Amino acid sequence: MKNAKRLLALAAAGLMAVGMLAGCGGSSSSGASAEGASSDELVWVIGCSGPLTGDAAAYGNDVVHGAELAAKEINEAGGINGYQIKYIYGDDEHDTEKAINAYNTMKDDGMQIFLGCTTTAPTVAVAAETLNDNMFQLTPSGSALDCIANDNCFAVCFNDPQQGAKSAEYISTHFPDAVIATIYDSSTAYSAGIEATFEAEAANLGLKVVSTEAFTGDTKTDLSAQIQKAKDAGADLVFLPIYYDTAATILTQANNMGYAPAFFGCDGMDGILGVENFDTSLAEGLMLLTPFAADATDDLTVNFVKNFQEAYGKIPNQFGADAYDGMYAIKAALEDAKITPEASVSDICEALKTSMFNITIEGLTGTVTWKADAENLGEPDKTPKAVRIENGAYVSIED
Amino acid sequence: MVSFFTNLINGLSLGSIYAIIAIGYTMVYGIAKMLNFAHGDIIMVGAFIAYTVISTFKLPVWLGIVAAVIVCTCLGVAIEKIAYKPLRKASSPLAVLITAIGVSYFLQNSALLIFGSDPKMFSSVVPFGNLTIGPLQIPGTTIVSIVVSLVLVGALQLFINKTKPGQAMLACAQDRDAASLMGISVNGTITLTFAIGSAMAAIAGVLLCSAYPTLSPTTGAMPGIKAFVAAVFGGIGSIPGAMIGGLLLGIIEILSRSYISSQLSDAIVFSVLILVLLVRPTGIMGKVIQEKV
Repeated sequence: MKNAKRLLALAAAGLMAVGMLAGCGGSSSSGASAEGASSDELVWVIGCSGPLTGDAAAYGNDVVHGAELAAKEINEAGGINGYQIKYIYGDDEHDTEKAINAYNTMKDDGMQIFLGCTTTAPTVAVAAETLNDNMFQLTPSGSALDCIANDNCFAVCFNDPQQGAKSAEYISTHFPDAVIATIYDSSTAYSAGIEATFEAEAANLGLKVVSTEAFTGDTKTDLSAQIQKAKDAGADLVFLPIYYDTAATILTQANNMGYAPAFFGCDGMDGILGVENFDTSLAEGLMLLTPFAADATDDLTVNFVKNFQEAYGKIPNQFGADAYDGMYAIKAALEDAKITPEASVSDICEALKTSMFNITIEGLTGTVTWKADAENLGEPDKTPKAVRIENGAYVSIED
Repeated sequence: MVSFFTNLINGLSLGSIYAIIAIGYTMVYGIAKMLNFAHGDIIMVGAFIAYTVISTFKLPVWLGIVAAVIVCTCLGVAIEKIAYKPLRKASSPLAVLITAIGVSYFLQNSALLIFGSDPKMFSSVVPFGNLTIGPLQIPGTTIVSIVVSLVLVGALQLFINKTKPGQAMLACAQDRDAASLMGISVNGTITLTFAIGSAMAAIAGVLLCSAYPTLSPTTGAMPGIKAFVAAVFGGIGSIPGAMIGGLLLGIIEILSRSYISSQLSDAIVFSVLILVLLVRPTGIMGKVIQEKV
C-alpha cells in the first residue's frame, strides 16, 4: 500500500516534470518553418530572435511572427533572387547570455543573415558576435544607439534619442505652456534613453518640466506615489516614454485618483488599445508618436493586420510591423546586391552593407531609407506620426 | 499635508495586500517549516481564475472569487501532496526549497502557455468608487483590502486558538513528533495549512489585481517576494507579525518612493529589513527561542 502510494507520487511528479519540459519546449527551440524548400535546395537562411517567454514575451512573439509572415509572403511570391527563404528563430528570453546561445544555435543551422534581436540589451550583446562573424545584422526593434554601433548592424526602428528629441519638439510646438511631469522606467535602456534626451531637449526648448519620476520592472504594478507627485507638482501634461502595459496601469490608477492630465507617449505606447479588458475610454485624448498604427486604412496595413490576426490570433503592434519591414528590407537589399545564397556569410554581409543605403522601403512603418553618414550610420530615416486616441481609434494629428 | 495622507493611504493599501500574502507565507512556514516560494504564483493563478470567470465568461463577481478560492485551495493541496510531501523526510531541507522554486516556475510557465504573455487589465471587484473625506480621496479597493486583511487575521487567530484543528496546527508548529505522539495527524494538519494558505492567496490575488490592475503570468512574483520580506520583518511564523510587517513594508515603500527617491524605493525597503534583522533577528513579533542545553 505504502509502495503503491509512493509510486503514485513519483508518477505524478514525473508528469509534472514532463509538463514543465513541454512548457519550455513548446515555445523555445528554434523552430524552422521552411515553406516548400527541401533540404538539398539552395535557400536563404534568415534567423530571428526575441523573448518568446518571460516578461518581454509580448514584443518577441510579435517580432518573430511579423518576420515569419513576411517570409511566407516573399516565398509565395517567388522568394528573393529566385531562392526561397528558410526562416528560423530562437527564444532569447530578453537575456544577453541566452540571446548569444540562440544566435549560435541558429548559426549551426546555417543562418546567413540575422534579423534580430527584439530587445535592446540582447541586441547589443549579439552585435559583438555578428561583428566577429561578419554576419549582417538588422534589428527590428533594438533602439539604443549601441545596437547599431558596428557597421554591419542596421535598425528598422527609431533610436531612443530621436524619439526623446522629437517628443520634446512636438510638445514645445503644440503645447508651449504645458506643465510637464515625466514618469519613466529606469530599468529599461529604452525608457531611460528616451527620458535622457527628452530632458536635455526640453531644457533647450525652455519647456517647464516640474517632476521626473522613475519606476523599475519590479515596482511597475503600483505607480500611485509617482502619479501623486506629478499631481502635487501641478503637471497638466504627463510624458510617458514607457511600454503600453505599464501605461495602462498609470491611466487606470490616475483615473482612480481623480487626476486627468493630458498623456503623451512614444512608440512603446502603441498596443495600449489592445490590452485585454483595458477600459479604452481612459485612453481618450492620449497622444503618441508612433511609426505604425494597426488601424490605419492603407491596403498594406489592412492586409498585414488581417493576415497576422488570422495566423496568430492577435492584433500586431509596432514590433511586428518593424520585423515585417525588416524582412522586406533584407529582400530589397539582397535584390539590389544581386547575389545568391551560394555566397559566404561574410560576402553577403559586405554586399548588404553597401546595398542597404541604396534601397527605399515603402513599409508598414512608413517610407524608410537608411542613413549613410558616419555619425548616424545604419539608422533608419523615417518620420514618426503623431496620433491622438479618439473614440477608441488612432486619429492623425500631424499638421 | 493632504498629499502626505494620500501617500499614507496608498501605503496602507499596498501594505494590506502584502499582509494577506505574508500571512499565507508565515502560516506555512510556522507549521510545515518550509518556505513555499510558489505562494506568489498561486496568487497569480487565483487572479487569472477570477479574471476568466468575471471578464471572459461575464459571470457575477462573487462567483469569480469563489471559483478562485476553490481552484487555489485544490491547487495548493495538490502541490503539497505531489511536490512537497514526498520530500518532507529528505535529508536536506534544501530539497523542498528547490522544489518550491521549481513549482513556482512551473506555474508561471503554465500560465504563460494558457493565458499568453500579453498583460490583461483586471477590472476591480469592488463595486463602489472613492470615498471622499474633505480633500482626501480614499479608493474603495483600499478600504476593502484593509478590512479584508483585518477580518482574515482575526478569523485566523480565532480559528487557531479556539478550534481543535487550530490547536493541532499550534501543536505541529511547536513539535511535530510530539504532536504525532499525541494522536494528531501531522500530514492532515499540514494539508489543512496549505488549503487555508492557498485560499488566502486567491483572495490576495483578487485584491492585488483590483488595486493594481495589470495581470500577467509574472504578476505574483514580486509581491510574493515582498510579502516574504514582510513575513520575515514581522517575525516569520507569527500571524499578527505578518500583518504588521506587511502594513509597515507597504508604508515604507510608498513613503520612500514619494519623499526620498522613486528609483531607490526597493533598495530602501530591503535596507530596512536588514536593519530590523540586525537589531531583532527574530523580527518584530517573532518569538525569541531560548536554546536549552
